[in-house]
Amino acid sequence: MAYELNVNGKAMTADVDADTPLLWVLRDTLGLVGTKFGCGIAQCGACTVHADGAPIRACVTPVEAIGAAQITTIEGASALEVGARVQQAWSELDVAQCGYCQPGQIMSATALLAENPTPSDADIDAAMAGNICRCATYVRIRAAIKRAAGQVA
Amino acid sequence: MGMISNITEGFSPSRRAVLAGGGAGGLILAFSLAGKGAAADTPAALNAYVQIAPDGVITIVSKNPEIGQGIKTSLPMLIAEELDVDWANVRTVQADNDPQAYGRQFAGGSMATPLHWDQLRQVGAAGRAMLLAAAAADWSVEASSLTTEPGVVVHAASGRRATYGSLAAKAAGLTAPELSSVALKDASAYRIIGQPTPQVDTAAIVTGQPLFGIDMRLPGMLYAAYAKAPVFGAKVAGADLAAAQGVKGVRKAFVVEGGTELDGLLPGVAVVADSWWAANKGRQALNVQWADHPTASQSTQGYAGQARSLVAAKGGKALRSDGDVEAALAASAKTVEADYFYPFLSHATLEPQNCTAHFHDGKMEIWAPTQLPEPGRQLVAKTLGIAPENVIVHMTRCGGGFGRRLMNDYMVEAAWIAREAGAPVKLVWTREDDMQHDFYRPAGFHHFRGGIDASGHVTAWANHFVTFGEGEATARSAGMAPTEFPARFIDNYQLDVSMMPLGVPTGPLRAPGSNAIAFVVQSFIDELAHAGGIDPVEMRLRLLGDRGLMGEDGRSGYDAARMAAVVRLAAEKSGWGETLPARRGKGIAFHYSHLGYFAEVAEVSVADDGAVSVHKVWVAADVGRQIINPLGALNQIEGSVIDGISEMFGEITIKDGQVEQANFDTFPLLRIDAAPVIETHFIKSDNPPTGLGEPALPPIVPAVTNAIFAATGKRVRSLPLNASELAAG
Repeated sequence: MAYELNVNGKAMTADVDADTPLLWVLRDTLGLVGTKFGCGIAQCGACTVHADGAPIRACVTPVEAIGAAQITTIEGASALEVGARVQQAWSELDVAQCGYCQPGQIMSATALLAENPTPSDADIDAAMAGNICRCATYVRIRAAIKRAAGQVA
Repeated sequence: MGMISNITEGFSPSRRAVLAGGGAGGLILAFSLAGKGAAADTPAALNAYVQIAPDGVITIVSKNPEIGQGIKTSLPMLIAEELDVDWANVRTVQADNDPQAYGRQFAGGSMATPLHWDQLRQVGAAGRAMLLAAAAADWSVEASSLTTEPGVVVHAASGRRATYGSLAAKAAGLTAPELSSVALKDASAYRIIGQPTPQVDTAAIVTGQPLFGIDMRLPGMLYAAYAKAPVFGAKVAGADLAAAQGVKGVRKAFVVEGGTELDGLLPGVAVVADSWWAANKGRQALNVQWADHPTASQSTQGYAGQARSLVAAKGGKALRSDGDVEAALAASAKTVEADYFYPFLSHATLEPQNCTAHFHDGKMEIWAPTQLPEPGRQLVAKTLGIAPENVIVHMTRCGGGFGRRLMNDYMVEAAWIAREAGAPVKLVWTREDDMQHDFYRPAGFHHFRGGIDASGHVTAWANHFVTFGEGEATARSAGMAPTEFPARFIDNYQLDVSMMPLGVPTGPLRAPGSNAIAFVVQSFIDELAHAGGIDPVEMRLRLLGDRGLMGEDGRSGYDAARMAAVVRLAAEKSGWGETLPARRGKGIAFHYSHLGYFAEVAEVSVADDGAVSVHKVWVAADVGRQIINPLGALNQIEGSVIDGISEMFGEITIKDGQVEQANFDTFPLLRIDAAPVIETHFIKSDNPPTGLGEPALPPIVPAVTNAIFAATGKRVRSLPLNASELAAG
């Protein structure tokens, strides 16, 4: 059936089965491929997007569960004040290696800083432990979050 | 098309550089530039790598696959430096697979830097020489009277200046100089090499632009899922194709007979649909029955039992016999005997294997995240019966490689399915497909015997290595070189090898061989040090001695002086020898691989329940006189170190011929909360620059296990780490 979705501030329609995960609606139906497929079982965080500002794993969220929630994807992150700051820090420190997980990392980091503008190391670990970086850029992810928060690094 | 800008924004030089020579990436460019110069208002190609637009924008081709090692940035930096341009005016594009223009194109062995350090600087310098020649002709002066500033040719005597953009069309019509004849800059004049330079794709990465193979979209494209047997290579005995075809959105479901080569097209059932979700649902409805297969009886437990028998039988083929190990052991003041084991591992690239293929006009066009495109093209041509010249491979950015994408099994699957479907098709594997159809880091067993004399010097070293293979053929990446350290450093040295048959495909995982060998060798050195009451750093320096280069310069050689220097530096920077609290310790290890010399110290603590935390790692590295991109170099080292630690916590096990793990819940990867602080120090020795994708990984594994021993007195001889064995009490 046709689902009316609000993605990055735009009204969009997706005619898909009710059980289709938001991830595949974004990637295959709406053509927003920045949100990545990594595991399909909410283990790696590559598919992280925001629903009304809160981070969710799009790979296990069926489209029928979205309702009226405002979805923000990596393609819409720079429209968020915090998101733009996080992207800037990611660029300045050149966090990425392969870059595949980084949209998910950036969405998790943006949600963290929106909620907690001055996170401690433990806060960062807790908020980011759901996002795997197979290239293991964790040292720079930590530094970039601190930079985006206006702390040293 | 054109969905992936860096792939399809075409760079098709009208005149190709012709390659002669070859060998191990030997790149001898004989420019073939006869013909017309470019029109003055369009970009002009100086050679297969460099194009200059009238407005001064420089387009530089990156020839090799980008897998996260930063090659799309670092190789163009070499060209840009000697071309003498402003990096801000450089645009880079990913080459297609085109060995005639670019020679061997691959991401493997950390070889891109040593293979291209001279050649690509020469390519840039040759382009600069052509621009100088064009200006010299315009101004009727000697080229030798001209110099360059970034992007500008300057005649100091007359004060005349001409931009590269204004000269490019004329330069493109000139004969290119012999690469070997061009002069290269002194390092002190570098403006680009050595500067911390962000990756050229960083902006696209942080904004989620399409870059990766899995992001490919074509008009009319369909999506495919492909079910293969859990037992590698088993044939399809039956499948409910009608059930799959009944799923909404599914266009077609069909059996692929496939072959028997484990790195080729394996038997399976394909489902093609309007969306990947529909294809995957169709695949779940298939209820495939798989035929019996002879390797279905194999298991991890079975391999371990065979290995024990082979060790007990003392069989094995001697790969190296120096001196008389038995006599030396008998004469030793102390002997140590130990069995080591390491498991199979999966590559687990975060981007699952995928490929997009379109058979049209008699040609198979492919977009693939691949580390080795040309063998993929050949595999597709052979399997599908298409002439190789009718198979076109475009290289996409890879969401991780680690050696997995040196194999092109997913490429041939996509090609076969796309031809059968009669439409462009994107094949995407599930994580479960990916983890259960990998080319695994082979498990291995080592039985060590070592002897030391009364003063703690190592007098004998015997290693019975039990690995996988049949007849004379070792399974892929399951061998060990007879020059592997400490061969040549101990007078009485014996390496014997026994092999077991294996039905599981294996392949190179980042720092292949080394990622396992370093663990066992550097751990056993530690055992000998402690048996002799010698400090682990001192024992290593004794073993290395005051030797210089052992063997020939290159992969089989070993420069003991370079290694001793990094060992000393790592020890010094880590504050080696200081007292630490209970259940906290430091370990050191070193390893030479991929032409890089690395020593690492790890500081760990072991909780009472046996949980291991790695707090800090000190890395001392010698990869030659020049770091091309320090920003990328540090990232590679930090990633390698954490990757190595991650490998200590997971394993792939086999039961009934099948892989038991399927996803990240059962094959864990290290997460941010377990990542240590890492401090890296380089020794800039006077040697040519070498690669950094791999050599920092091997030493971290034994550095951690040696630190665990220092913290607990418990020797880790088997991976993955087992907390219950490390618990207090």
